[in-house]
Amino acid sequence: MVDQTTSSVAMAADYQAPTAVKPDLRTRLQNLIPKLVLSPSLALILVFVYGFIIFSVYLSFTGSRILPVYDWVGLENYEKLFRLRHWSIAIKNLGIFAGLYIAICTAIGLSLAIFLDQKIRGEGFLRPIFLYPMALSFIVTGTAWKWFLDPGIGLEHTMHLWGWESFEFDWIKNRDFAIYTVVIAAVWQTSGFVMAMFLAGLRGIDNEILKAAQIDGASNWNMYRRIIIPQLRPAFLSAFVILSHLAIKSYDLVVALTGGGPGRATEVPATFMYSYTFTRNQMGIGASSAVIMLMTIAAIMVPYLYAELREKK
Amino acid sequence: MSVASTDNAINTGRITRAFIYLMLILFATFYLLPFGIMVINSVKPLSEITGGNMMALPQVFTLEPWLKAWNSAQIGVEPTGLKPYFWNSLKMVFPAVAISTVLGALNGYVLTKWRFKGDTILFGLMLFACFIPFQIVLIPMARVLGFLGIAGSTPGLVLVHVVYGLGFTTLYFRNYYQVFPTELIRAAQIDGAGFFRIFWRIMLPSSGPIIVVSVIWQFTNIWNDFLFGASFADLDSQPMTVALNNLVSSSTGVKEYNVHFAGAILAALPTLLVYIVAGRYFVRGLMAGSVKG
Repeated sequence: MVDQTTSSVAMAADYQAPTAVKPDLRTRLQNLIPKLVLSPSLALILVFVYGFIIFSVYLSFTGSRILPVYDWVGLENYEKLFRLRHWSIAIKNLGIFAGLYIAICTAIGLSLAIFLDQKIRGEGFLRPIFLYPMALSFIVTGTAWKWFLDPGIGLEHTMHLWGWESFEFDWIKNRDFAIYTVVIAAVWQTSGFVMAMFLAGLRGIDNEILKAAQIDGASNWNMYRRIIIPQLRPAFLSAFVILSHLAIKSYDLVVALTGGGPGRATEVPATFMYSYTFTRNQMGIGASSAVIMLMTIAAIMVPYLYAELREKK
Repeated sequence: MSVASTDNAINTGRITRAFIYLMLILFATFYLLPFGIMVINSVKPLSEITGGNMMALPQVFTLEPWLKAWNSAQIGVEPTGLKPYFWNSLKMVFPAVAISTVLGALNGYVLTKWRFKGDTILFGLMLFACFIPFQIVLIPMARVLGFLGIAGSTPGLVLVHVVYGLGFTTLYFRNYYQVFPTELIRAAQIDGAGFFRIFWRIMLPSSGPIIVVSVIWQFTNIWNDFLFGASFADLDSQPMTVALNNLVSSSTGVKEYNVHFAGAILAALPTLLVYIVAGRYFVRGLMAGSVKG
């Protein structure tokens, strides 16, 4: 049933290549095959991604609660959404989380990459250690850190047993600091990946320029500051884009680590959307929060993808 | 990225080098610690965890927590252990990975070797689909799965994962096939080979590495997914991540940390194994995921 929609899309693109000689049936059939092959995937994407986006956007303008209804209420949901304290907490948390997460991951990633790039013995041994958390599920990461940071049995408890009685680290139970524990766990999971991106960038830098600068008496510090780091611009950009979209989508980690708590202290837009839509039966508001998330990501991804795809031509 | 040499013109002094090694070792400890401690504590009896030091090696070594996590731990309401959910995950992952990789390969082939007007826009549309926050599709997806009669089932989850993995698999194969010499295709065409014959005889035999990349990426992503599993699965199709979360966050009774740890490691094991065996390809997939091929 879906196939029809896209073969027409494919056909629409069919009028290119006007040949002088009218092609016979077999050639025309051959020319059609690639588009036919592409069409199922395209149909899936058009329906399940773009169709669904349109549907969700529409829902965000309706008074849907437990089930979708189709009465138009205009911007009411958005007005309600931005008056909700719950939502402003989520936005503020996302701001803190995304800002720190991106900054710290980039700093650690770049430092580790520069360190590893100094002809380090055991690089082949260290690199996989830095990167393995990326292969884990956020639920596993959350489980490990939830317990490690639990003051009753984790790090704080251990420090006490080791004789450091005054050591205190109860952030995960503390409303004002819990969001920072999400940052710690998320940085642990992805900073190795950022390291790999920067390392690839560093390995791509032409050594001749560096040697020339060395002959001119440039110090290591200056070479990094003036020559090497500026050349890593594409890696910085990729890291920023990937990290920010991961930050906005963060859901699993928060669920596993803090469950949004204590109280609502670590609520983020992704958990907000889920609870409003599926447990509080405020589907219209849930949909409008999802639309805000989508627009934020689109504002970052669309220009980036556009630039990337243009470059390739 | 893989061909560049590790040679670096920068030279560092002895003190700097000592500092660098120190930092690298500190960070290695940071990355190993939470998971490593989890492994150590998963073979301790519960009393040693609640009463003792998490850094200490087990005084009594026991596999009881592992067996319990696998066979008999309380997940939700049933004391089934994680075993059935492990199989649920496998039953979901294999078809989803296979289908999305095959489609991705065909798409990449079309988008690079059978180009037509507007193909870059279509690819852009597919690519953007990878990055959307999935919250935007949750509500309509729940309804469509219900409409198709596959709500709460493994086939439903397979469909979901195929759809939202397509963008990445297409990206991998497109970037890979882009540098494949088009003259070879033209020559084969002149010899009378058609679309599928060229794909089967010329493209596929040289696609080994990128197939591995795509399979590993999809496997890791789908195995680790939580949002779709939590939203669209019933008890008899719930994947491992959802079951693990139920196990760990269940509030009834004594918190059996050792069982939780064993469960978490069980959930991590398949992707970790893949990472250990084929880490190189995993990293390659990650890097290609940032679009630059």
